[in-house]
Amino acid sequence: MLYDEGNATTMRGIVSIAGYVPYRRLQRSAVAQVFGTGGGKGSRSVASHDEDTTTMGVEAARLALRPVPGAGPDAIWFATATPAYLDKTNATTIHAALRQPAHVAAFDFGGALRSGTGALRTALAATGSGTTLVVLSDLRDGLPTSADESAGGDGAAAVLIGDETPGTPVVAEYLGGASATDEFLDRWRTAGDRRSKVWEERFGETRYVPLGTQAWESALKASGLTSEEVDHVVVTGMHGRAAKALARKLAVREGALSDDLSATVGQTGAAHPGLVLASMLEAARPGQVIAVVALADGADVLLFRATDALASWVPAESVADQVAGGAELPYGKFLAWRGMVTPEPPRRPEPQRVSSTAAWRNEDWKFGFVGSRDRSSDAIHLPPSRVSMKGGAVDDMEPVDRADTEATIATYTIDRLAYSPSPPIVFAVLDFDGGGRFPVELTDVDPDTVDIGDRVTMTFRKLFTADGIHDYFWKAKPSRAAGRGGSAAAGA
Amino acid sequence: MASHGIKDRVAIVGMGCTRFAEHWDKGLDDLIVEASEDTFASAGVTKDDVDAYWFGTAQSGMSGITLARPLQLEGKPVTRVENYCTTGSEALRAAAYAVASGAYDVAMAVGAEKVKDSGYQGLNAFPIPNDGTARTLTAAAMFSMVAPAYGKKYGVGEDELTEVLARISWKNHQNGARNPRAQFRKEVSTETICASPRVAGRLGVFDCAGVADGAAAAIVVRAEDAHRYTDKPLYIKALSFAAGSGAGLIDPEYDYTWFPECALTAEDAYRQAGITDPRHQLAMAEVHDCFTPTELVLMEDLGFAERGTAWKEVLAGTFDRTGELPVNPDGGLKSFGHPVGASGLRMFFETWLQLRREATPERQIDTDRTLALTHNLGGYPGEMVSFVSVVGTELG
Repeated sequence: MLYDEGNATTMRGIVSIAGYVPYRRLQRSAVAQVFGTGGGKGSRSVASHDEDTTTMGVEAARLALRPVPGAGPDAIWFATATPAYLDKTNATTIHAALRQPAHVAAFDFGGALRSGTGALRTALAATGSGTTLVVLSDLRDGLPTSADESAGGDGAAAVLIGDETPGTPVVAEYLGGASATDEFLDRWRTAGDRRSKVWEERFGETRYVPLGTQAWESALKASGLTSEEVDHVVVTGMHGRAAKALARKLAVREGALSDDLSATVGQTGAAHPGLVLASMLEAARPGQVIAVVALADGADVLLFRATDALASWVPAESVADQVAGGAELPYGKFLAWRGMVTPEPPRRPEPQRVSSTAAWRNEDWKFGFVGSRDRSSDAIHLPPSRVSMKGGAVDDMEPVDRADTEATIATYTIDRLAYSPSPPIVFAVLDFDGGGRFPVELTDVDPDTVDIGDRVTMTFRKLFTADGIHDYFWKAKPSRAAGRGGSAAAGA
Repeated sequence: MASHGIKDRVAIVGMGCTRFAEHWDKGLDDLIVEASEDTFASAGVTKDDVDAYWFGTAQSGMSGITLARPLQLEGKPVTRVENYCTTGSEALRAAAYAVASGAYDVAMAVGAEKVKDSGYQGLNAFPIPNDGTARTLTAAAMFSMVAPAYGKKYGVGEDELTEVLARISWKNHQNGARNPRAQFRKEVSTETICASPRVAGRLGVFDCAGVADGAAAAIVVRAEDAHRYTDKPLYIKALSFAAGSGAGLIDPEYDYTWFPECALTAEDAYRQAGITDPRHQLAMAEVHDCFTPTELVLMEDLGFAERGTAWKEVLAGTFDRTGELPVNPDGGLKSFGHPVGASGLRMFFETWLQLRREATPERQIDTDRTLALTHNLGGYPGEMVSFVSVVGTELG
């Protein structure tokens, strides 16, 4: 045992949780249609060209915080194996997009696939350390036709972890966890490499299964549980064969093995333990025991019991709805978005890099989509302005947050000429509920379906990258009513 | 808006204009020299007779030296002017006010733009360091939002509106085909216009102005001195300019069916000039037809048609070269392209030719009216600069 876990006096666990599955899906069969080989059955999720692990992390975090408006984190931990920046902390971008105060810490857990589970377990074990928002995010692919390309997926999860307090009940109590660690080379990627490499598959399986069994038994013993008492479990890891083999050995009740989302989303690397945990918790009832087993350079097990508070916790947008609501992406676009092929760009100058100083001065606007409201006229200014457009009052403005406000399309157009990493640009003039107008780019949208009067929601995206600087800002996407879908891969 | 105007105090006594084209073989200096020398000759003066210069260019150079060097002006006050796509008009406005103030006897406005050295189609703005949140749309996309909004407000169906916009493009190409200085000198059928590939929204290639290099210039003097230079001066009746606040972009009340800055400057210009019925008093108008919906809406903003009726007037041929009020008889931005610094002065050049009856016979407007209007805008719906002038051949 690494930590003194399962403190009896203070209940610690999950205060809120959310998964984020990007809108686009690649049908795995599309790979063989192009190359004559590769691919497989089902679909995988694909981050849009304007998403990276940081933006997906922001979206997951926004979804996780929405059901618990009173619960602010004391720290934000971000874990990914595919960071948008090295050296520079990515969690600070999430911090800014969530409009968190400066005293909230922001740290990255970088590099390894195991860092996601590691961040979760560390936060869960740290009773008395306050509330930590653990954000896991990953983009997974490989060379065309590879197993990694098809089996991988893109996604994020955010888990708000804290001690039970009167205002912020814990919806899933952390019962304890265990790890089993070993040094063996199953999968690796050196810095700067485009793809991961793997050793012969059988070798990893012979390591993962006993390590997983060891961690599973340790965790059950520490929690005073038996396998039969586990109601929902997912074994996850990039080594799909080992995960399946271990799942068969867990001796859980029939039906306790839950959907690992590999058929619809794919394995989302460092994010996957969080994503399947969100998915299981959304389907769980109070009192049920939930387990995640993550295989990466060893095995980690986390055990939870859903509390009565789960009954009154309503996810902002469930993983199941997001999985059901995706739309198909042609394989060519997938390859272009991943930089595997380079289509002819629009014959327009590429954007220049963002000014660091200008971005910092306008941090609330750029990262938080915070405008201003003139106190005397109520006129809302996006971006914020010192002088009012109505009545001309000077420096009599208060901040007005529009990131979480729905808007209606007043008019729109499609720009086939402007520079975009994936033309054409769909652009709309938005009127926000409660006031404020802003012209902005739409994303996750089929240009042919946009219409005046459509409802849209703001989403944090990467506009472009120049000189290695990612230009983060907000776009709008069609509001997709919660609960839509029901059949998997709708729109596919 | 408060303005006194300088009606009949200043006259244009010489003008020149290059052909607008993809001048692969000419640099900015060549265009400047060509337009300037033609203008000096037109007024019968030399560069030394001109007391002060205003040089309009949006992106081809900085400072007055961009003009002083190619013309080898020695010790002259030369000011570079930039105000989006109204840059050329602004150069003339500054020169006219300088003369009206008494500061100078002879002033010259030169506008030039070398657009086709960038390697890209279309106009491209200088990048100014920023926070990365500003729009990056093309002008075509911004203006394309006008057409559906107009159609919806006034009950014009999509197909009908397409026909209206195609008619505007057709008319301007008809006019350009007859103009030796135009970039595009072919008539284009409405079928071809409607079948052209889409650029933005419902706008096709033929809904958009061309892109060309060019230069134009004018010399202005006090009205009482005008006949020392020419028998047929053009008297400046009105110069109006407004820069919008940009509020239209973020004000939910703006509906994309009109350009408030343009309506404001038209009203101000008519007041300065004493015009009460522009449609029946003007011989012609040169307007900023950067995109076909722009010209449609301008017919209403400039008071040529009642709100919601311009589309009918377009179809009726009211604004054809032989119609009741010819609009863009030279072919407009559509046929000329839009070298930003030159366009405003190119519009004046057409009034110079038409009111002095110096256009080639096949395109000379047959009218006894003596007033003409130029309108020049820059920016986008909701965030625009607008310029309106009225010139005339008679005093009073």
